[in-house]
Amino acid sequence: MGTVFSFDVRGGEPAAVRAALAEAVAGLHRADALFSTYRDDSEVSRLARGELDVPECAAEVAEVLELAAEAERVSQGWFSTRYQGSLDPTGIVKGWAAERAARALAAVAGVRGVSVNGGGDVQMLGAPEPRRPWRVGVADPLRPGGLAAVISAAGTRELAVATSGTAERGAHIVDPRTGRSAVTDLVAVTVVGPRLTFVDCWATAAFAMGSREGLAWLESLPDVEALLITAGDEVRCTGGLAARLG
Amino acid sequence: MHALNKHRPLRRIVLASAATVSGTVLLLALKPHTVPTVVTANTRPPAASGSSSPGTASGSRTVTGDTVQTRWGPVQVRVTLRDGRLTDVTAVAYPQDNPRDQEINSYALPRLRSEALQAQSAEIDSVSGATYTSDGYRRSLQSALDSAGL
Repeated sequence: MGTVFSFDVRGGEPAAVRAALAEAVAGLHRADALFSTYRDDSEVSRLARGELDVPECAAEVAEVLELAAEAERVSQGWFSTRYQGSLDPTGIVKGWAAERAARALAAVAGVRGVSVNGGGDVQMLGAPEPRRPWRVGVADPLRPGGLAAVISAAGTRELAVATSGTAERGAHIVDPRTGRSAVTDLVAVTVVGPRLTFVDCWATAAFAMGSREGLAWLESLPDVEALLITAGDEVRCTGGLAARLG
Repeated sequence: MHALNKHRPLRRIVLASAATVSGTVLLLALKPHTVPTVVTANTRPPAASGSSSPGTASGSRTVTGDTVQTRWGPVQVRVTLRDGRLTDVTAVAYPQDNPRDQEINSYALPRLRSEALQAQSAEIDSVSGATYTSDGYRRSLQSALDSAGL
């Protein structure tokens, strides 16, 4: 799991914010050390080999596995923490870690707004300025340099935006039912909702489902809106997305 | 839609930072990979940290960002700034080890370039929809902007 996180924190005492940022960064490194399937010595690798049981792991491992089980249940198995038969919660960890970092930063006294971008998935809390909401562009997978939409957090204190797609590196989403690259008519799915931990999972699941089933399923989820872009350059949205554009 | 203020100074849109903002970026452990061929368009060796050229008569200057290791190879970008605004972004190093890399980069790099430029003009705080190569690109871009003192 190699990825970049960037933080945007508004308000608060600089020294307190810096200390909280250092803690947030340490928390991300710790998440990588616990969950990376690329590290033989991570707790998740040891769990997968049967060298550890969940109760012996750090508390975060149980927390993430519980959230992942919920994501798997809500997505009817389309989001999965198993890859080629072995435990791989990578799909949920990035969003969870970014959301956790954002919430820790927002708890610092005087902080009025936090935006954390973890590899293109964003958790926003509060607002950057008193009368300006956070705004996130959604990269258009079919038009170099273009934005497919701009999502605004106006009117809400918590909003997350996650995008799954094939645009840059070819298919990297696996259909949990076949174990192969997902056969889908989509090139990108962007999901908007309060918690990054889940919208990230929903984007992955809906991508694997394809546009018809994915859109119907996303529409059924409370507090979730989405934008789906097909290989044929059709844009399909959930009914309430318009209220989040801006 | 909010009115765009065209005279607003460069906001670190893709990179998330501003005057009253504490920003930081980190790269989590990457899967080890073999080092592929690097295409270097400039004659300067890759800088260990961002490096800046002196201002020119036209008031624009270029700043080269750090070389960032991605899973597919090193990525390094150079930015051109004029009056505190980003006017161009070019990749001076990017993975080009095989035809697939070349195909991806012929598509991805122009996209990332205009994404950075467009982000600045669209008054947005962040962009959703990036993966590995663009992460490296963004990190190098951030180091270039840091070196430029923006």
